[in-house]
Amino acid sequence: MSTNSTPTVWKRDHFIKNPYFRWIVILAGITYLIYALNEMDFNFARMQRGWPRAVDFFQRMFPPDYSRWTMIYKGVFESLQMAIIATTISILLSVPLALGAAANISVKFVYAISRAFIVVARSFPPILVAIIFVKALGFGPFPGILTLAFTALGFMGKLLAEAIENIDKGQVEAVRATGANWFKVQLYGVAPQVLPRYVGLSIYLLDINLRASTIIGIVGAGGIGGALFNAFHRYEYDTALAILLAIIAIVLVMEFISSKVRARLQ
Amino acid sequence: MLRVKKLDKTYPTGQHALKDCSVVIDKAQMVSIFGPSGAGKSTFIRCINRLVEPSSGEVFLEGMEITGLKGKDLHKARRQMGMIFQEYNLIERLTVMENVLSGRLGYVGFFKSLFRRFPQESVDEAFALLKRVGLEGYHNQRADALSGGQRQRVGIVRALIQHPKILLVDEPTSGLDPKTAMIIMKLIGDLAKEKGIPAIVNIHDVKLGQEYADRIIGMADGEIVFDGSPSEVTADTLTMIYGEEDWSKTIRKVEDEEE
Repeated sequence: MSTNSTPTVWKRDHFIKNPYFRWIVILAGITYLIYALNEMDFNFARMQRGWPRAVDFFQRMFPPDYSRWTMIYKGVFESLQMAIIATTISILLSVPLALGAAANISVKFVYAISRAFIVVARSFPPILVAIIFVKALGFGPFPGILTLAFTALGFMGKLLAEAIENIDKGQVEAVRATGANWFKVQLYGVAPQVLPRYVGLSIYLLDINLRASTIIGIVGAGGIGGALFNAFHRYEYDTALAILLAIIAIVLVMEFISSKVRARLQ
Repeated sequence: MLRVKKLDKTYPTGQHALKDCSVVIDKAQMVSIFGPSGAGKSTFIRCINRLVEPSSGEVFLEGMEITGLKGKDLHKARRQMGMIFQEYNLIERLTVMENVLSGRLGYVGFFKSLFRRFPQESVDEAFALLKRVGLEGYHNQRADALSGGQRQRVGIVRALIQHPKILLVDEPTSGLDPKTAMIIMKLIGDLAKEKGIPAIVNIHDVKLGQEYADRIIGMADGEIVFDGSPSEVTADTLTMIYGEEDWSKTIRKVEDEEE
């Protein structure tokens, strides 16, 4: 009787069922965390010592110094241009890349190459790519544009390929059944299904590129980043604040524009 | 018109979907294919226009061998076979007119189709066909704004504007209410007759299939188990196709009508 009776106590199964193994994993995690904190010299005394310096630093930032306004303006404008050019390049090249990287469209060989490119392009942060391009091509906005286009292409190619992989196969089949060739199948069967996502991603990409274009200047790849880095280097904190405010302003403006455009696309 | 010889299909998964199916359609008739889900009906009609690649066997349309065609020749052969789908398969984000004209993609170049520059006679014909199926004035509506019955009418027009020599129809009524289903079946039958072309229609609904067909083909487990006129379909036939069940009620209506 007791074996067949309905249980009255219920407890959710643990994620790791074996209790010994579960406690070993938990203790090992805690032990490592303590070790790592010690190793990295993470101590509050040092934070306390740094506090007055931080206050001093912020005090010296005010008021922001706009006396070198033309330099700031040029830098910001250059960043914006870099972002726009890089975005244009990457959204154009992302179309063939995404078609190649979509498992439902591509052939095995092309798929492997496209996916490999995406993995490489996505595994390095822009600042690392920028260092490489600056070493190869010298200073200036040109290596910066290449950096942004390269990293953005990985991002765009991956997300667009995923959008293509999620399309309704039936619509593609219907276009194939009319006797349309491969290109026309992409045009009528695939493109209409992914177009809103493509446009949305393109605008998002401009957003990302604008942010990235302000930072890669630190390693000499053009844009406002170089000026910001120099200002910090020369202890001109008031100029640095002016540059930071300019960056924040332009990012906010872009954010506003892109959110408006994306809302229209829904 | 259409000759299918020993068509066989085994999917890479090992599923043997079609087993030596042979069918000859030599006049402009409406052929209903009955059969339970998974009997191979969809595979059968997709092997005819090679949306699915048959493993072996031959298909001839008007004497031309379809099996074995490649690239351009295959595209040209597909233009001659209009297909109507279960879930309509319209391009949802495009307009009714773009959907209809997509039936002409096999005839129009890439850039003309990119900029929607279809020949005037195609546009004229599209308007005429839309009017014929009762969709006059809908040409600028987006496909996803239409009802099921309206979408299937667009699907029918898209197939017809190809000037096909045969219509391949896959479960055209499965998502529709009974009345709309009847209207759609009748429309397909009438239009196929008007154009003087045969239509092969996969259909679940036995009554509907019998009512509008000139000929019934029954499929079970990848094989053709019945081929005859609608009046020859008996309870035994349905048992052979679908398995044991009390079919008397499904059949009676037809017998009543014939008396």
